[in-house]
Amino acid sequence: MNIEYDNKDKLLTIKINEEIDHHAVEKIRRRADYEIQRYMPKRVVFDFNNVSFMDSSGIGMVVGRYKLISMLGGELSMINVKENLYKILKMSGVSNIIPIKEAKI
Amino acid sequence: MKDLYENEMKLEFLSKSNNEAFARITVAAFAAQLDPTIEELSDIKTAVSEAVTNCIIHGYEDSEGIIKIITKIYHNTIIIEISDTGKGIENIDKAREPLYTSKPNLERSGMGFTIMESFMDEVNIESIVGLGTKVTMKKKIKLLKKESEEELKNNLLFT
Ligand SMILES: Nc1ncnc2c1ncn2[C@@H]1O[C@H](COP(=O)(O)OP(=O)(O)OP(=O)(O)O)[C@@H](O)[C@H]1O
Ligand SMILES: [Mg+2]
Repeated sequence: MNIEYDNKDKLLTIKINEEIDHHAVEKIRRRADYEIQRYMPKRVVFDFNNVSFMDSSGIGMVVGRYKLISMLGGELSMINVKENLYKILKMSGVSNIIPIKEAKI
Repeated sequence: MKDLYENEMKLEFLSKSNNEAFARITVAAFAAQLDPTIEELSDIKTAVSEAVTNCIIHGYEDSEGIIKIITKIYHNTIIIEISDTGKGIENIDKAREPLYTSKPNLERSGMGFTIMESFMDEVNIESIVGLGTKVTMKKKIKLLKKESEEELKNNLLFT
């Protein structure tokens, strides 16, 4: 997991570098919540470029962070979402509440 | 036409969360002999991950037990049976409903069965409270694309 914080834009980028399943989610959740509470960012981006697999555990994790970030007055979005991840984000309705953005090239 | 093809494998492992990746990768490796597309393989992996995770989180909760997977190939269909001998499901119809979860406090989304149903052709759930749960999923791997490619090649040869 790579964390980047842009102080000027108050933008926290959380880049996940593993398959997101029930096993992985525990650790991701703990670290993400720690960084979010530490920086109090205006915007948080989950970068899924290095995520080749995600199941419903990932949906729960993303929605959980969305709730925390919203409560703290921030916004969450996702970038570099692969086809197979998009399928379940769409099916569960998550992509309706958390925007999927095009990555800057 | 391909001849009738049959094969089978069995897998048993402890209900530890670090076996989730092992389980889905192993089933996918076995399924590879049907020559699935990348998307079909990804669907199978996700469905297996959902069923195995359910055995761990709901079936055995905090205790440890054995998860069993039997995978059969029959012609061009893959049949995957995933079972636990954990606590069982009281109301199967309710469990199948999208967004229903008995564990919202654990950040579960209640999408597991919905994902299995949409990624596989058939999902059958059998469960007895106190005895355990067995989920059987089927998916037909399409031969169509490869056959028409073959045909195209033959046509090119004869013209
Ligand atoms: N193997 C099992 N043993 C006991 N109960 C189960 C089992 N599998 C599923 N259930 C029950 O069915 C419900 C729905 O399962 P489903 O996988 O759809 O959602 P979830 O596991 O709660 O959430 P998600 O899969 O999105 O993380 C579960 O909340 C649980 O009550
Ligand atoms: Mg589930």
